[in-house]
Amino acid sequence: MSDIKKIKDEFLERLNKDLSIESVNQIKSELFGKNGKISSSFKILGSLPTEERKKFASDLNYVKDELQEKINKKIQQIEIKEINSKLENEKVDVTLPERNIVQGKIHPVSQVIDELSSIFSEIGFSVEEGPDVENEHYNFTALNTPDNHPARDMHDTFYLDDKKELLLRTHTSPVQVRTMLKGKPPFKIIAPGRTYRSDSDQTHAPMFHQVEGLHIDKNINMGHLKGCLNYFIKSFFEVDKIKMRFRPSHFPFTEPSAEVDIGYELKNGKIVIGEGDKWLEILGCGMVHPNVLKNVKINPDKYQGYAFGIGIDRLAMLKYGINDLRAFFETDYRWLNHFGFDPLDVPSNYRGLSR
Amino acid sequence: MKFTIGWLKEHLDTKFEDREIIEKLTDVGLEVESFEKVSSDLDNFKVAKIINAEQHPNADKLKVCDVDIGEQETVKVVCGAPNAQKDLLTVYAGPGSVIPKNNMKLTVSKIRGVTSYGMLCSESELNLSDESDGITELKSNKYSDKVGENFFKNNTEKVIDLSITPNRPDCLGVRGIARDLAAAGVGKLKHTSNTNIKNTGAQKIKISITKDKNQGCIIFGSCLIKDVSNKESPKWLKDKIESLGQKSISAIVDITNYVMLDLNRPLHAYDAGKIDEEIIVRNSIKGETFEALDNKEYKLDNDMCVISDKSGVLGLGGIIGGTRAGTEFNTKNILLESAYFLPRSIRKTSKLLNIDTDAKFRFERGIDPQSIELGLKKASKLIIEICGGKVSKFDVQKIKKYKKNKIKFKTSLFERIAGFKVKDKEIIKILTDLGFEVSKKKLELELTIPSWRPDITQPIDIVEEIVRIKGYNNIRTLEPDKTRFKATLNKQQKLFHFLQRSVASKGYFETVTWSFTDSKLNNLFKENYNEIKIVNPISSDLDVLRNSIFSNLISYLKKNLDRGFKDVSLFEIGPIFKDNKPGEQLTVLGAIKSGKISRLNWNEENRLVDLFDAKKDVIQTLVEAGYDRQNLFVREKSPSYYHPGKSGSVYLDKDDINPVAYFGEIHPNIIKKIDIKTEALVCFEIYLDYLKDKKIKLKDLKPQFKFSDYQKSDRDFAFVVDKHFKAQDIIDIISSIDESSIQSVKIFDVYEGENIPKDKKSIALNVTIQSSEKTLEESDLEKINKLIISTVETKSGAKIRS
Repeated sequence: MSDIKKIKDEFLERLNKDLSIESVNQIKSELFGKNGKISSSFKILGSLPTEERKKFASDLNYVKDELQEKINKKIQQIEIKEINSKLENEKVDVTLPERNIVQGKIHPVSQVIDELSSIFSEIGFSVEEGPDVENEHYNFTALNTPDNHPARDMHDTFYLDDKKELLLRTHTSPVQVRTMLKGKPPFKIIAPGRTYRSDSDQTHAPMFHQVEGLHIDKNINMGHLKGCLNYFIKSFFEVDKIKMRFRPSHFPFTEPSAEVDIGYELKNGKIVIGEGDKWLEILGCGMVHPNVLKNVKINPDKYQGYAFGIGIDRLAMLKYGINDLRAFFETDYRWLNHFGFDPLDVPSNYRGLSR
Repeated sequence: MKFTIGWLKEHLDTKFEDREIIEKLTDVGLEVESFEKVSSDLDNFKVAKIINAEQHPNADKLKVCDVDIGEQETVKVVCGAPNAQKDLLTVYAGPGSVIPKNNMKLTVSKIRGVTSYGMLCSESELNLSDESDGITELKSNKYSDKVGENFFKNNTEKVIDLSITPNRPDCLGVRGIARDLAAAGVGKLKHTSNTNIKNTGAQKIKISITKDKNQGCIIFGSCLIKDVSNKESPKWLKDKIESLGQKSISAIVDITNYVMLDLNRPLHAYDAGKIDEEIIVRNSIKGETFEALDNKEYKLDNDMCVISDKSGVLGLGGIIGGTRAGTEFNTKNILLESAYFLPRSIRKTSKLLNIDTDAKFRFERGIDPQSIELGLKKASKLIIEICGGKVSKFDVQKIKKYKKNKIKFKTSLFERIAGFKVKDKEIIKILTDLGFEVSKKKLELELTIPSWRPDITQPIDIVEEIVRIKGYNNIRTLEPDKTRFKATLNKQQKLFHFLQRSVASKGYFETVTWSFTDSKLNNLFKENYNEIKIVNPISSDLDVLRNSIFSNLISYLKKNLDRGFKDVSLFEIGPIFKDNKPGEQLTVLGAIKSGKISRLNWNEENRLVDLFDAKKDVIQTLVEAGYDRQNLFVREKSPSYYHPGKSGSVYLDKDDINPVAYFGEIHPNIIKKIDIKTEALVCFEIYLDYLKDKKIKLKDLKPQFKFSDYQKSDRDFAFVVDKHFKAQDIIDIISSIDESSIQSVKIFDVYEGENIPKDKKSIALNVTIQSSEKTLEESDLEKINKLIISTVETKSGAKIRS
């Protein structure tokens, strides 16, 4: 027994010293190796008398466990120490820049088109499109603007042939005609897209964007028109209250026709929509003219409804404080970066129209 | 259309304030553009204060004064008046002013070496008194707080400028405007004064309207006024004409203009002495010429409506008169014309000759055909009053009888359209006030349309009249109806939006450029499409519709490079045009990328962008859009504007005819021509119209989820193959050997050079093999290995590298 105790004390003492992993392994093999002190002590077990054997075996096992545990702890200790000292040397400067970020942008016109689609989707409108190149019939005649109509002068039209039959659409209204010709009422559509007029100065670009709206059903009247636009303007500018004014006007394809002004004020040189006593013209609208309905083979005694046209670029300018229309189309990297939108920022009803 | 409140009140009896009148005009659809005074010459005279007066360095009797004229800085004025002294309040006239006494126009001038900006005026110079000994002295109690204000009150009236929509010719005359206001409750329309004039003798110049085909003149009324003495207009008339910013010419011309603006009744006065015998209203003959009052000579085509005499054309009816029989100050006898020309004829002729006049503007929109005699009466009365003379009887020739139009109007239509109710009694009142004759028949009104309203032809026009006079603010705001008939976006539109955001998310900036472009640039990209010329381009470098998305993108990329940017990624999604008919267009997404990846980054090696960046972006976009990478197939074929060796086309399926996308480098010749300076440039384009609609919805598209937990094995191979053999084909060959166990084939090295024959290359591949049924034994794997090697060797002529 005293031998065992001796072994135990001796090795515990050794193990309490500051050791390398190799020394611990050395100790381990001195104890538990083939001819190790503990291993060989077990060998003498058989030669002991029965009554001693039991006690000896119990003592020996106890010491074996104690030493084994001590060694395991020691190894763990050394390993942790080693890792810690290694980590000490592995420190990097995390304030160094990350790898280059690539962030794309969505053009404000596209963003606003998506906003409009989301807003009108909420009240059941679907999106239609039409060709950029139109013929004179769809752009004018079918829209109750015959050749001798002075209203044609208001559209500075780009022509593609000398006979003036082919042209770039001057508004999105021909989509009304195309939509109604290919389907049956009711119709409830918006049609955003490119439009063209041969006009170019600070506030006019030869190409710009419009969104057309059309709602035809059996009992759609001017009250619905007002309600729809009131909803649209409030949603688009994300305000609770809006000051809106309907003024009589004239478009050949609607009657009665109206221009719509919204109230605004200037605060620190910026336009604030919804308040104030100044008026800003923002769109034209009216009840679809019976002649237009007849032109697309719809009986105006049965069906009626409204149409409107809004300048998309102008909406974008008002909402996002963009001053210069021409800049929309100049592809200045700085401008696109400044006014562009993150591609993940998809306007929707449930996530909100804009951040 | 311009007029003053005073003029309006000649027709309208009203107690309303100016402000209320202005608001009401807009409310009834006559949009007020502006309401302000026309500036006058006298606005140049300001109340001023002498801040300092010093002796002129070179003249004993002159002083140099610093004068406060209410602006930020004082002005220096040289003045000889003995009373010019510090703190004096006086009248200052700036450069450009005209001194009332002697009509002298002031300029900035040097007086004995000192520059004087304007002058300080004496009472005599201002025509206030005879006092000329010194400059005007203003009393400080009255003027001390008025420095900088106009000294003379501008007595001209404020002018209202209306923008009149093309359907309302009647409001191109002050009376028409007054009528609308009266109907809207702003006072009462005054009766036209009915004082008769004495018409003596017949109108002796013979007038005839020929029966030419498409004769543009229907009615020609006239009278002869003899022994007039034309002169400068009297002050009231001059003021009226000038208050609108027009120039007074002579009494006779001013009177015809006045009647036009007052009643929207254009007139024309001829010097009767210069007319050769008779007036013939006829169609022109090609080649005829005449000199118009704008001093231009016009060469006429066939069938334009002209007023002529025995010697030829005198003028274009309803558009512009000629110089030959124009009135002058010495004109003795006048033939006064009041006619009705057809809008269509006026429009056609004026467009062809490109003439725009006040008369043309009005006749084109439709003049009241029943105002012929009213116009002659009002004008001849004024001419006699101002210029003297005797008026003949009125002569009215016409080739068609004018009949007033009638329509039936069911009052219920009003509520159906406007959405609110107006009592029949009120409807009748509004229409009567607007000049309609109304008779009530049970549920309908029978309406006679006033002759001055050519725009009214059907019941909906009546609805508009009632709702605009009643006021648009009476229209209710109804909750939007939310019924839906169709999905918001169709599949193609969803794809458009998806691709747009997918490409943007890869670091590209979206741009929107013109649908037109420079034909010179377009030629580099137009391929087999027809050039589509714009007949009237806005400028010569935007003269064709674009046949490709790249002409604009590349020139804007260049502009950004010129701005100093190097790594630019741009894209646009929009139309390109195949031909000039509606619908002959395609929707294309084009993207372009220049410069380097990881430029100036401390821990990543930078490298030039290359075609595999473009390929990655285009393939990833297609995969994100739901197309299976396994099926995508790439060919070398691409349009001629790409680098022939560094570009490719992508097909949704090996068997497809139309590629859905191209990618690669732009042809070096084009880079050179456009003179782009960049380290590297790649691009891609996706054709949305060729992207096949995936008929199956995502919910039905997902196959059953199957996976294998058996052991995976990787094997590497290296094949030496013909240099032109496509990597894609080797992958295809291997993948199709055993689709159930070959999970993926990856190329990890391509090598040409030492140890490899010149016309060969080595391709190193890693193949992942995994069965869904069992763990593959070494022997199974060996079998597959052998099969891979033998199949590749037979099908591609490759040799395994040992």
